Amino acid sequence: MGKISLKNVNKTFGDVAVIPDINLEIEDGEFVVFVGPSGCGKSTLLRLIAGLEDTTAGLIQIDGLDATHLPPAKRGLAMVFQSYALYPHMSVRKNIGFPLKMAGVAPDEAARKIDNAARILNLTQYLDRRPGQLSGGQRQRVAIGRAIVREPKAFLFDEPLSNLDAALRVSMRQEITELHQTLKTTMIYVTHDQVEAMTMADKIVVLNAGTIEQVGSPLDLYHRPANLFVAGFIGSPKMNLITGTVAANHGAATVGIRPEHIDLDAGGPWTGTVGLSEHLGSDTFLRVDVDGVGQLTVRAKGEVAARHGDRVTLAPQAARLHRFGTDGKAL
Amino acid sequence: MARRVTPTRKAIVTLAAWAVGLIIFFPILWIIILSFKTEGDAIKAPLEVLSAPWTLESYATVNQRSDYPLHFMNSVVISLGSTLLGLLIAIPAAWSMAFVPGRRTKDVLMWMLSTKMMPSVGVLVPMYLLFRDTGLLDTRIGLVGVLTLINLPIIVWMLYTYFREIPGEILEAARMDGASLRSEILYVLTPMAVPGIASTLLLNVILAWNEAFWTLNLTAANAAPLTAFIASYSSPEGLFYAKLSAASTMAIAPILILGWFSQKQLVRGLTFGAVK
Repeated sequence: MGKISLKNVNKTFGDVAVIPDINLEIEDGEFVVFVGPSGCGKSTLLRLIAGLEDTTAGLIQIDGLDATHLPPAKRGLAMVFQSYALYPHMSVRKNIGFPLKMAGVAPDEAARKIDNAARILNLTQYLDRRPGQLSGGQRQRVAIGRAIVREPKAFLFDEPLSNLDAALRVSMRQEITELHQTLKTTMIYVTHDQVEAMTMADKIVVLNAGTIEQVGSPLDLYHRPANLFVAGFIGSPKMNLITGTVAANHGAATVGIRPEHIDLDAGGPWTGTVGLSEHLGSDTFLRVDVDGVGQLTVRAKGEVAARHGDRVTLAPQAARLHRFGTDGKAL
Repeated sequence: MARRVTPTRKAIVTLAAWAVGLIIFFPILWIIILSFKTEGDAIKAPLEVLSAPWTLESYATVNQRSDYPLHFMNSVVISLGSTLLGLLIAIPAAWSMAFVPGRRTKDVLMWMLSTKMMPSVGVLVPMYLLFRDTGLLDTRIGLVGVLTLINLPIIVWMLYTYFREIPGEILEAARMDGASLRSEILYVLTPMAVPGIASTLLLNVILAWNEAFWTLNLTAANAAPLTAFIASYSSPEGLFYAKLSAASTMAIAPILILGWFSQKQLVRGLTFGAVK
């Protein structure tokens, strides 16, 4: 089991309220991603759950029991750190076995668990090496192995892939997702990368300045952003946000349209000049200065032969338009 | 642009470095040379000293007159004992200052350092009276105690800088893995800090070995280490250069050899943290 609830949790450092007040339910077996820009409090929130930071007020429950003041080791959670935080003086085997040693597990049972974890993570041939002799991806797997052997109620990941190169990040991302599907254990994953959030999560928690902006499934957030912050944060390239008369015509303070929901259509209502075109092969990103609207990003399928200075006509898909009020909330 | 190193330039720099090294080492070299001369030759002009015949006479006399093994053992016990006791106190102290600093941690560190700025002689009388009244005068245990206290600020400071280099996340990982404070220090922190602890140990053994103020003032015969052994060959009978040199050579030889073999560790230890 690994159900975690946060009730009116807040954390202040001196006079600064890093997390003013948070309520959140994480169900057993869920893959929850905390996402937000740097300094939004997502790592602090994870550390509060881990017990590495003390809450200033509020209640943290794990499986219905109050864990607010339990030390980290007693919470039954395992954590994977951004820097991997491996013990440099121990072999991979000893690193993975360290939590078992601390728990007083019998050596033969510990050996069996270590071998099992190493097998799952393809680390069997590296068991006698030191962390310094491993690549970044292997180190990350050792850190995950150290978490797995504890058979925790939940895994906590603190930006675990940000030290890896782009290609490795994609494959590790898939490995972690597969691991979740195999173990079916609750995972809480912190990242500032919305692509990681979208691809991995069952549930995304978007944080901004210590408060939750929205909680929902990846597609929920994509299709129905609750406010301007979520609209701008989720999706790549970012959603176009338009104010002024165009918004007023739709009865809103701001309207948003995603780049992929604007078509190049000769009969469209908007005309503009192409400022920049980026060709990815599968897609073409155009930055267009639209007359009377402003600068928009357009994502066109395939290869589009538009170049700097060309005039284009655009048609937004009316059904995909997001409307936001003066308070920034979706209408 | 990388600096160009011409062979001439390299030769000049090498020569200069050797010259400086020789100047620094010269007094010790001269002591060693004098120790192999007779008392009469030792007071001659430098060039005559060099041409005088070599002899082990002074060493024989020194060994006859004093109990070198006793003083040697005293030095070993006092320097090792005070360093180990100091480490035992300093490791937890430095741990707490490095990883759970409070608002006054910096002040405590500065205060500890400031005690080193006070001239020792300022507290000689109270210390002497304390030692006399508690029966610690001329005992190894008393000297171990006083040298521990003298060198503790340095030990704490050195360990503190080493511990600061250890990433906090590793200790947090240990905590998540279920390590108690004791296990965290024993299995994670200490092994990682071994290079730092080793150089702290070495440096403090050397400092304690060479410490002369307290060892001279608080001992007479039983607990007298090698510093007192050297001092016994100056005054009041007048200066006997050859014997004094022989005693000095015998006193500094062990620590010189230790320093020679551990110089890599020492240099690494002393620059650790400064370079990164």
